[in-house]
Amino acid sequence: MSEQALTAAPSTHAPSVNIRGATLRAIIIIWRRDLIRYWRDRTRVLGSLAQPILFLFVFGSGLSSALRGSTGGLGGSGSSLQYVQFIFPGIIGMSVLFTSIFGAMSIVWDREFGFLKEVLVAPIHRSAVAIGKTLGGASQAMIQGLVILVLAPLVGVKLTVVGVAELVPAIFLFAFALSALGVAVAARMRTMQGFQVVMNFLMMPLFFLAGALFPLTGNLPAWLLVLTRLDPASYGIDALRRIVLTASGLPSQVVHGFAVTLFGWTVSLWVELAVLVAFGLLMMGLAVYGFRQRD
Amino acid sequence: MSQPVISVRDLVKTYGKVEAVRGIDLEVGPGEIFGFLGPNGAGKSTTISILCTLIRPTSGVAEVAGFDVRENPSAVRARIGLVFQDPSLDGQLTGRENLEFHAYLYGLPAATRKQRIDDALAIVDLVDRAGSTVMTYSGGMRRRLEIARGILHYPQVLFLDEPTLGLDPQTRNNIWEYLHAVRHREHITIFMTTHYMDEAEFCDRIAIIDQGKIVALGTPAELKTKVGGDVVTITTPDIGAAADQLRSVMHLESTQIDGTLRVEVSDSASFVPRLFSELTVPISAVSARRPSLDDVFLKLTGREIREQANTSLDTMRRMGRMWGGGGRR
Repeated sequence: MSEQALTAAPSTHAPSVNIRGATLRAIIIIWRRDLIRYWRDRTRVLGSLAQPILFLFVFGSGLSSALRGSTGGLGGSGSSLQYVQFIFPGIIGMSVLFTSIFGAMSIVWDREFGFLKEVLVAPIHRSAVAIGKTLGGASQAMIQGLVILVLAPLVGVKLTVVGVAELVPAIFLFAFALSALGVAVAARMRTMQGFQVVMNFLMMPLFFLAGALFPLTGNLPAWLLVLTRLDPASYGIDALRRIVLTASGLPSQVVHGFAVTLFGWTVSLWVELAVLVAFGLLMMGLAVYGFRQRD
Repeated sequence: MSQPVISVRDLVKTYGKVEAVRGIDLEVGPGEIFGFLGPNGAGKSTTISILCTLIRPTSGVAEVAGFDVRENPSAVRARIGLVFQDPSLDGQLTGRENLEFHAYLYGLPAATRKQRIDDALAIVDLVDRAGSTVMTYSGGMRRRLEIARGILHYPQVLFLDEPTLGLDPQTRNNIWEYLHAVRHREHITIFMTTHYMDEAEFCDRIAIIDQGKIVALGTPAELKTKVGGDVVTITTPDIGAAADQLRSVMHLESTQIDGTLRVEVSDSASFVPRLFSELTVPISAVSARRPSLDDVFLKLTGREIREQANTSLDTMRRMGRMWGGGGRR
C-alpha cells in the first residue's frame, strides 16, 4: 500500500487528511475496540482468576509443604520465603503471558470472520493494525495481571502503594513485549488451525522457561539455563518478582538470590525492562512487516 | 455520459495459466447503478476486487474516482465504499460502534462525525437498533448496517459484491429499496455484482460477464430486445421429434432446457395456434412470456445461469450468516 499523502479531493467531502494523522487515529480506534470488547466480556475477567487460583493454592501450597519437608525454605536455609510467595509474581506473569498471546490471536478470529478486511482496505498504513492490536492486547493483559493482585493477601504477599505503582508500568512493558510477539505470529496465521500449534510450541515453552515456577539460578542444567535466558518472559517475570518481593519486605539478598544472571553478572531491573522494550519493538517491527507482506 | 467515475480498458487478470478476466472494457457514469452479472467463476469478484485495489491487474487500465488503481490505491480507497460478499462487522460492538470505528479509520472530522453516523443509520432504518450489539441483528439488518458503513465517508462509488447473497427474497427486495434510497440521498455511483438475474432489473445498466469477458452491456430493456420477442416453452413427451418438426416445418431453432423446448418468436399470440396445427407430436403444455434476463443470458452463453448458482460455498456462507457472523467472538 502506498504511503503517498492523499492528493486534492475532487469531492468536497472526501477526506484530504495526511496518512500519518489517519494512521494515528486508526491505532487509537483499533486499541479502543479491543478495550470495549474486553469490557463487554466482564465474565472473562473473573473467569481468568480460576487458573491462577488453581496454581497458587493447589500447586503452590502442595509444593510449599513438600519443599518445607526437605530443604526448609526457598532461597537458602533460614529464609522465611514460602513457595507460594515465590510463585505469586510468576502467576501474575502467567496471566499476562496467556492474555497477551490470546489477545493477539483475536487477529486470526477477525480474519476468519471478515472484520480484518474492513481494517485492511481502509486508507491507512498497515502499521496501524500491528501497533493498535499490540497496544490493545497489552492493555488487556495488564489489567488481567493487576487483577491477580487481589489474591496477594491470601498468600502472605504484602502490597504497598509504591509496589503497585511500580508494578503497573512493569506489567505493561511485559505485556507489550508479549503482545507484540503474539501479533507478529498472528499476522502470518491464516486460520485458527494454527492456534493449537502456537499454544504448544510458543506459549507453554515461554511459560515453563520463564522461571515462573522455579528459580532460574543455582543448579539448572546448562541447556536449560541457556533456554531460560533466551526466553524474553524470564526478564519480565524476574522484574515482577523483584518488585513484589521487595514490596513484601523480604531482605534484598533473598530477592537478588533469584535474579537472572548473564555470564555471572546479575541483570538489573532496568536492564530487564530495557530487554522487554527492545524485544517488543523488534516484534512489532516484524508484525508490521507481516501485515505489509500479506493480504 | 459525463466524466466517468469508473473507467476500465482492456483489463486482464491471470492466475498462472488461468485467465480469470480476459480483456474487459467499461465505463460507469456518476450516479449510475451498474450491475455486473454472471455465474460464479465468471470473473465478477476478480474485477470488483481490482477496482477496489484489493487485487492488482495483470494488464490494462482501471481508474476509479479519477485515480489509477495501480498507481494510487490509497487515493482510490479513500473515495470508495465497500460491502463485501462475506460479513465483516464486529458482532460484539453495537451498530453505532461499528460505524464509529469506520469513521475513525476513514478520518471523518470529529465535528460532524456523530451527525453523519445518525444520518447513515437513518437511511437504512437502523436508528432504533443502533445501540444493540450486532450479534443480535438479523441477516438483512447486518447488510443494511454494512451499506450504511460503506457510504459513511462520503465515497464517490459504493462497491457491493453479491450484497443479497443468502438473503430471503423479501429481504433482498428490501435491500434494493435501501440502495435506491442511498443513490437518491447521496448522489453516489453504485457498482455491484450479482448472479440473481431478477435483481439486474433494478440496475440502470448491466454488463453480463461470462468466462472473463463481457458478452453484453446495456440497459435491462436493451438487453431483453436481444432475445427477440417472446419466449415460448413447450412441454412434450417426445422432445426430439418436436425439435425436428419445429426446425423442418416451422423453421425455428429450439433449445432444450429441463425437459422442455424453448423457442423465441416475435408474436406468441399467433404462434401458439400455428404450433398446434403444424406439429404432429403430442403437446402437453405451452407457455409464453416476455423475455427475462435469464433468457438473455441463455441466449448469449447457451447455458442457464442458475445451473451454477448454488455452490456449497454459498450454502456455507448462508449458514455462517444465519449463525450470526461468528456469534461470540
